[in-house]
Amino acid sequence: MSTATVTRSTLLKDLRMEWRSKDAINSMLFFSLLVVVIFSFAFNPTAEESRLIAGGLIWVAFLFAAVVALNQTWARELRNQVLDAYRISPAPANALFLAKVLGNFLFVVVLEVLMAPLFIVFYQLRSVGPVWQLIVIALLGTWALVVNGTFFAALSIRTRSREIMLPLILFPISIPALLAMVDATTSILTGDSSPGFWMKMLLVYDVVFTAVCLLLFESVLNAE
Amino acid sequence: MKPLSLAFVLFTLALLGFSTYQALFVAPTEQTMGDVQRIFYYHVPSAWVAGVCFLVNFVASIAYILKRSSNADALAAASAEVGVVFCTIVLITGPIWARPVWGIWWTWDARLTTTLVLWLIYVSYLILRRFAAGSQTHLLAAVLGIFGFVDVPIVYMSIRWFRTQHPSPVMGGGENSGLDPAMLHVFLWNLLAFTCVGIILTASRYRLQRLENELEAEHARLALAGGGR
Repeated sequence: MSTATVTRSTLLKDLRMEWRSKDAINSMLFFSLLVVVIFSFAFNPTAEESRLIAGGLIWVAFLFAAVVALNQTWARELRNQVLDAYRISPAPANALFLAKVLGNFLFVVVLEVLMAPLFIVFYQLRSVGPVWQLIVIALLGTWALVVNGTFFAALSIRTRSREIMLPLILFPISIPALLAMVDATTSILTGDSSPGFWMKMLLVYDVVFTAVCLLLFESVLNAE
Repeated sequence: MKPLSLAFVLFTLALLGFSTYQALFVAPTEQTMGDVQRIFYYHVPSAWVAGVCFLVNFVASIAYILKRSSNADALAAASAEVGVVFCTIVLITGPIWARPVWGIWWTWDARLTTTLVLWLIYVSYLILRRFAAGSQTHLLAAVLGIFGFVDVPIVYMSIRWFRTQHPSPVMGGGENSGLDPAMLHVFLWNLLAFTCVGIILTASRYRLQRLENELEAEHARLALAGGGR
């Protein structure tokens, strides 16, 4: 079986399951909605200064929401020993990993598309800088979160109290990516500086960690 | 304890006593900062030991992935633990020095923040080792060890950019002026002493981890033998 076939069939299976149950997207949506509302109590959301922290707020909400979905990625494969079956099958391990990453990437992008208008309305945001750059940053940043998140979710299902474990190992590693996303978003929203460096930074982060994940996923899948 | 390692421990203790004496009494007092500058003789060697430990952890993690030897895993575990201890010393001695000199305990400057993130990454490594179950621990930990070390240069780059854009008000504590020869002398003694302490701690932690691994393997063997009967 080629990588492309396995990736496509696994991805389609995950999308179909999500389409029927809508577990991940519903919990992510509700979770980030809660974050938006709770944050608005912490400070005055319509003040001009809140533009400066809006970038951070959006990404923290998406990060927390993504963890909710990422935790469910592999859990459903544990039932009926799907992962064990996958291990003894000749299908390449990275095909499974890529399918999971692409699936999670789509879920989080859908979440961002649905939540962005709400953020704009609630926090009265308008972009001073170019908007297309925001889209590039969102795609690069989401990939950074999701590729490592999917990998670490596979790692943490093998530990005790797996749901706690994922954020504990994902957040420290993601700090540079998060910093880049937050600063780039803020610099576009306020128009103070160019986000060029941060976009390159995110690209480097994405390339480096995608490579490391693909290199190591097979050993994690086959860990005894 | 073998006579050779006992001799090394005694040597290190003597060296530590000597270098502490040097740092507290022999080294000249710094002109502007005064005695508080002497913390430098502990701060920088600790940072050095922590850095070397994390490097050892990275190499041992790769070795484990390639060879699956439990000794490599024991070395990775030992060096990460000792590295976190020394990194903690760095993070504690830094603010003690910064308070009188900069006037604040902490600033989000590139080096401080990178050290803090480094500390967070390796604490999460230690947490993973505690939470992972059974023999999978070694592999999962090795994988995270590689991720953590790969992240370090990216963290440093990003935070340096983050901070150079917004210069912090109390900076200027750089050592680009170079060190007085008398201070350098004392500093090198302390560096040697701390390196020896790091080696001793890592080595004994390594022995302990190997014993733990052997014990675990023996338990597994016994359980299997009992199950067969």
